[in-house]
Amino acid sequence: MKHKILIVDDEPNIVMSLEYAFKKQDFEVFIARDGSEALEILKEQTPDIVLLDIMMPNVDGYQTLKHINNTSGLEASKVVFLTAKNKASDIEKGLKLGADKYVTKPFSVKKLVSEIMELLT
Amino acid sequence: MSNYALIVIIVVYLSVLFYIAFFAEKKRQSKWVNNPYVYTLSLAVYCSAWTYYGSIGIAANSGINFLTIYLGPVIAAPLWIVLLRKIIRISKQHKISSIADFISLRYGNHRFLGALVTLICLFGTLPYISLQLKAVSETFEIMADETSYTSTYVIDDSTFYVALLLAVFATFFGTQNTDASEKHKGIIATVAFESVLKLLFFLIIGVYITFYLFDGTTDIYNQISTSANFKELTTVNGLEGGFNWFFTTALSFIAIFLLPRQFQVSVLENNREKHLKKAIWLFPLYLLLFNVFVIFIAWAGKLTFDASVNAEYYTLLLPLKNGNSFLATLVFLGGFSAVISMVVVSTLALSTMVSNNLIIPYGFLDKFIKNLPERNSKYIKTIRRISIFTIIIAAYFFYVSFSKELSLYSIGLISFVIISQLAPSFFIGLYWNRGSSKAAIIGMVAGLAVTIYTLVVPFILKAYTGTDDFVQYGLFNISSLKPYALFGIDFLSPPMHAFFWSMSINGLCYLTFSLTSKGNYRERNYAEMFVDSKNFTTLQDSALVWKGEAYVADIKNVLIRFLGEYRANRALKIFFTKYKLSPDTQLADARLINFSEKLLTGSIGSASAKILIASVVKEEQISLVEVLKILEESKETIVSNKVLIEKSEELSQLTSKLKDANDELITKDKQKDDFLDTVAHELKTPITGIRAATELLMDDDDDMPNDIKNQFLTNILQDSDRLGRLINNILDFEKLETGRLNLTISQLDIQQTIKKAVASTQHIAAKKGIQINVKNVHRFKIKYDEDRILQVLYNLLSNAIKFCEPETGTIEIDYKLGSTVLEISVSDNGKGIPPEDIDYIFDKFYQSQHQNTIKPEGSGLGLAITKQIIEKHNGKIWADKARKKGAKLVFTLPFN
Repeated sequence: MKHKILIVDDEPNIVMSLEYAFKKQDFEVFIARDGSEALEILKEQTPDIVLLDIMMPNVDGYQTLKHINNTSGLEASKVVFLTAKNKASDIEKGLKLGADKYVTKPFSVKKLVSEIMELLT
Repeated sequence: MSNYALIVIIVVYLSVLFYIAFFAEKKRQSKWVNNPYVYTLSLAVYCSAWTYYGSIGIAANSGINFLTIYLGPVIAAPLWIVLLRKIIRISKQHKISSIADFISLRYGNHRFLGALVTLICLFGTLPYISLQLKAVSETFEIMADETSYTSTYVIDDSTFYVALLLAVFATFFGTQNTDASEKHKGIIATVAFESVLKLLFFLIIGVYITFYLFDGTTDIYNQISTSANFKELTTVNGLEGGFNWFFTTALSFIAIFLLPRQFQVSVLENNREKHLKKAIWLFPLYLLLFNVFVIFIAWAGKLTFDASVNAEYYTLLLPLKNGNSFLATLVFLGGFSAVISMVVVSTLALSTMVSNNLIIPYGFLDKFIKNLPERNSKYIKTIRRISIFTIIIAAYFFYVSFSKELSLYSIGLISFVIISQLAPSFFIGLYWNRGSSKAAIIGMVAGLAVTIYTLVVPFILKAYTGTDDFVQYGLFNISSLKPYALFGIDFLSPPMHAFFWSMSINGLCYLTFSLTSKGNYRERNYAEMFVDSKNFTTLQDSALVWKGEAYVADIKNVLIRFLGEYRANRALKIFFTKYKLSPDTQLADARLINFSEKLLTGSIGSASAKILIASVVKEEQISLVEVLKILEESKETIVSNKVLIEKSEELSQLTSKLKDANDELITKDKQKDDFLDTVAHELKTPITGIRAATELLMDDDDDMPNDIKNQFLTNILQDSDRLGRLINNILDFEKLETGRLNLTISQLDIQQTIKKAVASTQHIAAKKGIQINVKNVHRFKIKYDEDRILQVLYNLLSNAIKFCEPETGTIEIDYKLGSTVLEISVSDNGKGIPPEDIDYIFDKFYQSQHQNTIKPEGSGLGLAITKQIIEKHNGKIWADKARKKGAKLVFTLPFN
């Protein structure tokens, strides 16, 4: 069965690169431009991985994560923060909220993909 | 001379004194009142009617013995520099108001001791005052030429009225202040004035008698040397006489310090210590001058009159006999002035003692504690005034009933002996800190008892019974108890005999009991302060000047009230451990009280701490001085509290200002952090895009479709452009903010510039289907930097495009002329600016503070840069708050 990944980011250029990279690894890719779109998608889909930007309009990454934590059926979904916020306090905050991984921008696509694969096994 | 003429002279003289006193009070700070000469002359209050008239009596009857009374002070004078200075310092420090105050304070503010000293002073001074009245009365009789006249009714007796007048004078200038330690400049000025008068008149009469009535001193000497008892009159009269000399000198040495009136003028009225330096030679000189003619006047009188004439009044009788009533009047006035000085100063000193150490502590203290301070001061003054009148009237009646039998000299000596009972506890107590209150009391009482037995009882018995039996045979006929010859010592004159025995027993008692009994902590504190007067300021700070005993439990309760149970217990525990005391100790000692006071001082200030601690010690033992001190201090506390409150208000205002400033700094600091964070974030986003795309392109194993490859390349280009723009913006902003940007101003048509701006944004707007309309088409030339204004317009237009709905959005640019400015506006029909944000939109990275809701779609610096540019043009920029639908941003450019 294909792994499902939800990419949530408001930068189209970044999204495009990620979409290409994961499709190549045979992921089923869903894309949301902000938190609210992500929540819509999560109503119907149960992705294995959610790649989550933090600073987004309307519903931000933190709120989205909280929602995922509080929604039954999404317990198995792993959340990876993908953000430019790289202060130690930010990272701590993200992990405390229950993220499985915290990746800071700019990042290596190759490395990100292999880390995600590791997370799934 | 007639009675009435004399009375007129007296009244005129008294009014002159009133005037002088009034003048001195009015010019309290004047040099005329505050100089060493006035001080020295005021000391001459020592020379009373006794000196003026009495000396001549002694000189005539018993030779040069009269000198002993002045030898003591002359010997004492050089010691003043050490001794009197110390006394003055202590008195000033403690605001001492009388000798009773001084002694009682030395022994721990002992109430009973203060009262005892007062009684001794009263007992010793009343006869002395009555002796002055006697002098007035007798000289008045001589002057009025009514030698046989003696009044039978008080109402007829002019002396009574003179006494009343003196009381009025003393009351008027002696009780102007409640604080008896205040200086009485008026009285001192009159005393100094009278000291000049009495000396001057005495010298005049001396010169008159010696050189006018006789042919100089040699003439008198030659004439008198033929008389029978000449040798007796001019020598010391052997060993026995020598003892008398010695004791009289010692007695007068003591008297110059301890007589209430001397203490008043030399200690209490001293306003500069350095005045002592002049007084130590000037005062002996004064005494010398006073005594120069005494012996010659006495001999001249003896040569002129027979033995039945009272030798004391030779100075009056000689000029009268020679028909010189003018000189006689001068002498009378001189004597009268000596009397006034003595009576006024003595009653002043006594009334202070009677009120402060006798009446108030024993009758009125409770009342004072309850009363208001203003009422108290009225009460105190009234008590002093009544005391003055009572003392003078009592002295008058004493004179009427007793002193007619006695000479000036003998009453004077009795007074001296009584007063000298204060000497051991006074002098030894100054230099020996072991001296205790118990010992002082026992010594004084014993000494006084001896004096009464050896001097007063015989005098009263003789006055009443008219027999000498008691003196002849002694008590119960025991010869060793003869009052004038106790235990066989019969070679001293009665006063010196009394002085010898009373002083021996007094001193012995004082020393013995001081050594065997130790005073309580209060006493020891004060003893230290008095003895070690150089360090006593520090001692006073550390000493607890409180009366009575307190229980540890009571003190603990007070502490708990202010420190809380836990801290109070801990503090006490520490205290007990430190001084190795049992925690069960019941009575608090000075150290604990001191310790508690210090603890409380921290929270409520020292004055209040004292009052609080005072509230738990036995109240009855608090003396008036202390109560007044508390009242005074708490008044000061209230005042200083007020100041404190004001200060703390000021302080809290300052604090809040500081806090604001600090907050501002923190905000600024945070803004700086935020700025850097935001810049980093903004830079990272395109870099992330570039990095990801590049990585994918590099790893491409040729299965990437071409269109995707192209798209990645386009993305890289876009992100690079974005990066470039961002960096330019940051640099621009930095330049503008630090003021390093220079404008290139030229005269241009605003309409053209607007057209250019619209043209450069047209394609973005068109993509979203948004219309841009330029409403005003008139040309208008104005000076500005076109590139920068284009940047402003571009920023405003792209913002408007950003916030407009696609397809339906319209943007309008308009401009109009004001009186001094050109006003340009850009308005749209988009979602508008939230009212709470309208004031902040021009802040840099304003959006970044609201990142949770609004994703920055630009650098976040656009409007901040815009604002800077407009301000650089001396214009203004704002968002129109009145606009309901959409946003309207307006900026102005001044014509000049």
